[in-house]
Amino acid sequence: LVFTEEDKYGLYSNLLFKYFLAEGIVCGHDLFVASAKEHPDNILKELPAPLLDDTYGKELGDEAAAVKSEDFQDSMKIAWRYQNLPKVEASPTTHTKFGHYYDISKKMPPELCQSVKRHSFYLHEESSFEPKTKTWNMNSGYARLLQSIQRIISQEGFDGSDPQKKQRNVLRIGIQSLGSVLWGDDVCCSDTPEDTHSLTKFLYVLRGLLRKSLAACIITVPAHLIQNKAIMERVTNLSDMVVGLESFIGSERETNPLYKDYHGLVHVHQIPRLNSLICDVSDTKDLAFRLKRKLFTIERLHLPPDLSDTVSRASKQDLAGSAKLLSSGCGAMAIGKKHLDF
Amino acid sequence: QGKFTLLRDTRTDGSFLVHHFLSFYLRAGCKVCFVALLQSFSHYNIVAQKLGVSLAAAKERGQLVFLEGLKSCLDLLFGEEEQPGQPSPLQFLSGSTSDLRALFDFVRVSLTPADGDSWKSPVLLVDDLSVLLSLGAAPVAVLDFIHYCRVSVCCQLKGNVVVLVHSNEDSEDEENELVVNSLCHHSDLILWAEGLATGFCKDVHGQIKIIKRLSLRQAAEQDLVQIYQYKIQDRNVTFFARGLSAAVL
Repeated sequence: LVFTEEDKYGLYSNLLFKYFLAEGIVCGHDLFVASAKEHPDNILKELPAPLLDDTYGKELGDEAAAVKSEDFQDSMKIAWRYQNLPKVEASPTTHTKFGHYYDISKKMPPELCQSVKRHSFYLHEESSFEPKTKTWNMNSGYARLLQSIQRIISQEGFDGSDPQKKQRNVLRIGIQSLGSVLWGDDVCCSDTPEDTHSLTKFLYVLRGLLRKSLAACIITVPAHLIQNKAIMERVTNLSDMVVGLESFIGSERETNPLYKDYHGLVHVHQIPRLNSLICDVSDTKDLAFRLKRKLFTIERLHLPPDLSDTVSRASKQDLAGSAKLLSSGCGAMAIGKKHLDF
Repeated sequence: QGKFTLLRDTRTDGSFLVHHFLSFYLRAGCKVCFVALLQSFSHYNIVAQKLGVSLAAAKERGQLVFLEGLKSCLDLLFGEEEQPGQPSPLQFLSGSTSDLRALFDFVRVSLTPADGDSWKSPVLLVDDLSVLLSLGAAPVAVLDFIHYCRVSVCCQLKGNVVVLVHSNEDSEDEENELVVNSLCHHSDLILWAEGLATGFCKDVHGQIKIIKRLSLRQAAEQDLVQIYQYKIQDRNVTFFARGLSAAVL
């Protein structure tokens, strides 16, 4: 369960969301898109086009096989990264076997889009809640979404319930802007929301559904609007992976010369620790993203060389302060208020 | 015997302690009731196999009673009407009751020795209690549940209880802090896994504070506090004194 905290204007998290769906199409997975904001069909029309080259066809075959066998073993979710987090290189230069690259200046061709089964859930078009589930004690929008997901999972056999189905596939679920007012939840509006438990209950049930089926899910949430921090803590505990995007638009960092190459920061709050005592932590915690004309990349945060005499002490301290926040680690390992840099 | 152990984590993931206790008690031949609220059975099974214990085999021979919270919740919400004789342990989710009585009954029934049982003292293991608050249980209900479990498992059945909770300094989750503080006061042993105050480090994953609450049993005694640092590996966790990690020596 990949939980993404949206950046303020939702631009970049939307991009990440679309990448997730596009990767699903390219890998031949089924898709389920849910939103209360935009009609899912519109979202699907806007997916970035994959970058194809000669080895693409073969790679797709390898990849699809690898993915299926991996998922088959665990029936768990795995978090997908599109631009590989570079461990050594600053930017991906070699063609890695994991994931595909996309060109965001072009849209995905509709034939490719049609090649997978797509399910959608647009809150405002859904029929009203069935009476059996009035004992759920949850926001009705969330409850309807859960029912819909569960129905698709069992009908299409993602939970292994249909032994006749020879080829197993993965279902990619994308839920946009959960927790926003459009879903009928006031957790983003007030400090003391009416129903503090709907969102967390929703996540728990979703987690249960994902664990018992071949499905992976990405959720974006306007976390900057949620004022009740207790809910954010609980939500982090209930998700496998939590990533926050902080864009520089409109903040003082936009004009900070030290950040001039980047459009925002990536905060990895938690990484999944599944089926093992350890988790896979990369060496670096300082990640930033930038949006070029064709590519959205996540890279290690590099400070530009300090060539100018006029770089003031204040901005250096400011950067040092924010660098401390960046490298404070992820929740699965350790987060600390730093006195020393490691 | 009859001890209540609290596992607590702050700024890090203390679930390795849960895996340890699970395999420890199973190897010791105790009957274990494991209330696993956060992860699926296969997750614990795979880790336990690395630690040398098979959960599936333990379940077969009746040594382990496993409540998979996620599955139970799905059965409650998506399943057919429940049979009258078998209420779901997570009944409080559907709002019909606000207390955790059904969960306690489940625990009590699974740990009461049946005829022909040759297991040593029973153990209740909970991972993790903070999830119950997220699901809508009131803090008082959670504390009541733990209290009943202590009376039943520790006092009447002479067994042990091990519970994992999350906590954070300057956490804004007051309900959680209330539960954690209250449990701390009543625990015989607290194992507190914390992330390092200085941030992330590759070789030292955190530090663990072991607090033996001697003051609980004897009036004049002081609590004994020991602090070690640890590093988690694939099959093992190594503990060492502060500052003496293998990377430094």
